[in-house]
Formats: sequence, C-alpha cells, structure tokens
Amino acid sequence: MRVPRFNWPIWTGFLLSLLAVLSYPFVFVRWPFTRDFPWANLLIFCISALLLSIGVRRAFASERPRRSKIAALILTTLSAAILGFFVFSFFIASRWLPAAQGAPQVGQKAPDFMLADINNKNVSLAELLSSPINGKPAKGVLLIFYRGYW
Amino acid sequence: MDKFTGVGIRPVAISVDTPEVSRDLCQKAGYTFTFLSDPKVEAIRRYDLVHAGQGINGQDIARPAEFLLDSSGIVRWVNLTENYWVRARPEQILEAAKAIQ
Repeated sequence: MRVPRFNWPIWTGFLLSLLAVLSYPFVFVRWPFTRDFPWANLLIFCISALLLSIGVRRAFASERPRRSKIAALILTTLSAAILGFFVFSFFIASRWLPAAQGAPQVGQKAPDFMLADINNKNVSLAELLSSPINGKPAKGVLLIFYRGYW
Repeated sequence: MDKFTGVGIRPVAISVDTPEVSRDLCQKAGYTFTFLSDPKVEAIRRYDLVHAGQGINGQDIARPAEFLLDSSGIVRWVNLTENYWVRARPEQILEAAKAIQ
C-alpha cells in the first residue's frame, strides 16, 4: 500500500488540541452550560487524541523516514502538554482564591463605598440603593465583583 | 441583565478596571447596566475580596463574588465562587430576589 507523504492526522490532531484550549476563553465561556464544566473542550481534546494516535501509527509505519517519527512524537507531547495546561488552569489554578472570610454575610449591612462609573462620575452605594429603576423604587442591588478585563 | 431590572434589582459590576476600560467593554458587549471602577481596591478591600498580585501587571484585583442587597443595604444572598470560571446562574439570583419584599 502506498503511504501518503503528508501525515494529516498528526497535524490536525495537534491543531485541534490548540483549538480545544483556546476555544474555552474565547467561545465556550459565553454560555453557562459549556462554561461551568468544559465538556465541549474535553470533547475536542478527545477527538484530537484520536487523530494523534492515528497519526503516530502512520508515522511509525516502516516506510516513513525517521524525522516523520520524531515530528509525530513532538506534536503528541506538545498536545499532551496543552491538555495538561488546560486541566490545570480550569480545575486547579482557578480555585486558588483567597477565602474572603471578612466578606459581608447574609443579614449584615453591606459596607458603603463611592466609586467612579464609566463617565467618571462618583456614585455611592446609597445612591444605587435609592435611585428608581424605570420610575419605580429599586427593590435591591446586585453587586457583581469581577476580576476585570485588563 | 434585563431579567434583573425587570424585577426591580439593579445590577452593579465592580472591578479594578478604569472607567475607560469598562466603557470600552460596555460598548463592545452592549451592556447598559452600571459599571464601577475600583482601581485602588478600596471597596474591594472593604468587602474582603482582595486577590493580591493577580492582575496582569501584578496589581491587586478582586476575587469574584456576588452580593444581593435589599433596598436598605442588607445582604440577602451571597455567592463566593470556588472556581473563578464558574459564576452563579441568573436563575439562582432571581430566586433569591423573589424572597425580598
């Protein structure tokens, strides 16, 4: 059987592992269903692993040159490192959060503050609590502290 | 976010981002709710949410958290997320908002 010159499974497998890791923060993070547990990304990693294993088998077919085998091993190792990085980032590093034991609890009064809005105008918590929403008195305020988009 | 204003809850996002960065974000994402800037982590510190040195330039930022306050400023619901990728679902917050009279 004639062995094709270009080992497309190994390259596609590697590119898919890159796609698997990059698509989380840029695509799948938008929907809670795929954000709260990255099953879509893990699925792409599975397909990548399948292609990589096909590619490795191809590379080790006897007619192929040595460099083909080395390339296959390097790409597979890189893909494994990418998967490792993804698993570490999502399941381990993102849990390294300070305990926030001093954060206000249910039943306590929320600390006051005065901060600038997007028009550089200072706004206090008291104002946020008392200004009406669409002409009706506000029932409450939802404070969403986030890491920022720097 | 309209789900919240529809039930009388005002969403307010707070981070260390400057007003310019937040304005940019709001324009790109089409957000119309309140975004406040706390570059000196003053409010963040008062709420004990400082995550030291995590910013891209090593600056202190906030760890993610959500607080639902009633109109007198009392905390009625808190979410201190364990994983910063996982946030509270709107349904959970709306459920908590229903309990406020």
